[in-house]
Amino acid sequence: MPDRLTVPHYSPTKGVHPPLLSPEYGSTRLRAPSQPMTLLPQRLTEITGPLLGEGRVGPLDHDLTRQHAGEPLGQRIIVAGRVLDEDGRAIPNTLVEVWQPNAAGRYAHVWDQHPAPLDPNFTGVGRCLTDAEGHYRFITIHPGAYPWKNHLNAWRPSHIHFSLFGRSFIQRLVTQMYFPGDPLFGQDPIYNAIPDPSVRQRLVCRWSLELTEPDWALGYVWDIVLRGSTGTPWEPQERP
Amino acid sequence: MTLPLTPSQTVGPFLSVGLTWTDGPNVVPSGSEGAIRITGQVFDGAGNPAPDAMIETWQADPDGGFVHPDDPRESAKSSFRGFGRCATDDEGVFTIVTLKPGPLPTGDGRLEAPHIDVSIFARGLLDRVVTRIYFPDEVALNATDPLLTSLSEEARSTLIAVQERATFRFDIRLQGERETAFFEL
Ligand SMILES: [Fe+3]
Repeated sequence: MPDRLTVPHYSPTKGVHPPLLSPEYGSTRLRAPSQPMTLLPQRLTEITGPLLGEGRVGPLDHDLTRQHAGEPLGQRIIVAGRVLDEDGRAIPNTLVEVWQPNAAGRYAHVWDQHPAPLDPNFTGVGRCLTDAEGHYRFITIHPGAYPWKNHLNAWRPSHIHFSLFGRSFIQRLVTQMYFPGDPLFGQDPIYNAIPDPSVRQRLVCRWSLELTEPDWALGYVWDIVLRGSTGTPWEPQERP
Repeated sequence: MTLPLTPSQTVGPFLSVGLTWTDGPNVVPSGSEGAIRITGQVFDGAGNPAPDAMIETWQADPDGGFVHPDDPRESAKSSFRGFGRCATDDEGVFTIVTLKPGPLPTGDGRLEAPHIDVSIFARGLLDRVVTRIYFPDEVALNATDPLLTSLSEEARSTLIAVQERATFRFDIRLQGERETAFFEL
C-alpha cells in the first residue's frame, strides 16, 4: 500500500484581518459585502496558487532609487525581512510587490491630485523574489505622508503597500507597512480598522542598526507572516 | 512555533501603480486554441461601477491540472500559468483571456464542477473578497458540485457566468441587490 497522501489544510485567521465594514473608513460603506459569507472548503484550487518566478522580476526592480536617469529625492532607506508562515517555515522564491508615493507624498498616478511635486526620478514600484530562506530586500526612499478625503484634514501615515503570493491562493495577502512612532496613527481609520491594537503593531517595521548602512541609508526590518497549515489526508480518485 | 499572522490592509486607490502587468489579463495569449474571454463589471452598493478595482483569477488547466507541488496527484506536465489579473477600467470593466478549466476531485470521493477562483481588491476593501466563477454549459456537474449545492438558489445564481459565444459574462456586485456570493477563506 502506498504512503498515505496528504494535502495542506490552512488554519483560520481568527479575527486578525480588519472587518470589511469599518464605517470610519468611508469607502467601506458602499463596498463591503453585506451578506454573511460561507466558508470556502479548502480544495485543490485553494491549496495551490501561482508560483510566479524570475520572469516577473527585472535586475533593478528591487531598487526603487535606480529606475531612472537620476536618483530620487528623499531619505534613502533599506526595507528588508522574511516571508514566513505561521509555523515559522520560510516561503522561498515567492514574489513580493511594493508600491508607494514619493518623498513628497505623491503617487505617480493620474488620479493623485495632491498638490505636491512629482519626482521624475521616482516611479515607486518594486518587485523581488524571496531567497531560499524567505528573505526579501528593497532599496527605496522614505514615503511621504499624504492627505486624503476620508474626513476633514485626514492624512495617511507614511506607508509602503505590499503584495504577497505565498504558495497558495489561500495565502495571498495585500497589506501596508508603516514606520515606527508615526504621529498620524491615531487618526487613520485604515490602520485602526484592525480591531486589536497589538495586531496593528504587526504592520509597523523596526529600525535596525545592523541593517543601516554607514554613510548611506537607514535600515528597517519587517517580517511578513502568512497562514500556516497542517497535513490532512487525501483520498486518490480516478481522474475525471 | 506560532508566528503572528500579518493583517490585511486595503490596496487603496492607486493599486495600478504597482500591481498591473501588461500581460496580466492573458492567462493564455489572445487567439490561443480554445481561448475564452471572461468579462464583467464590478459594482458598489449604489450600483456604480468601481473604476479602481482589480480582480485576480486562479484555476486548473482544461484537464484539471495544476503545476504545483501541493497537488497530490500525478500531475500532467503543463505550462499553463493559471493566473490572471486585470484592473478595472473607467466603467469598472475587467477582462481575462484564459482556457476553460476541467473538473476537479475533492479528495473525499466527489467532483467539483469547473470553476475559477477570484479575488477582488479595491479601495474600500480592507481585505480582498473571494468568489468563484462557474460555467453555464456545465449543467450536470454544476448540479452535483459540493459548493454550489450548499448555497441558496439566489446565491448560486450569482456564481454562474452568462455565455455569449466564446465570452462569459461575470458581473461582481460587492453589496446590495443581487450581491455576489463571497466566501470566507
Ligand atoms: Fe497609499
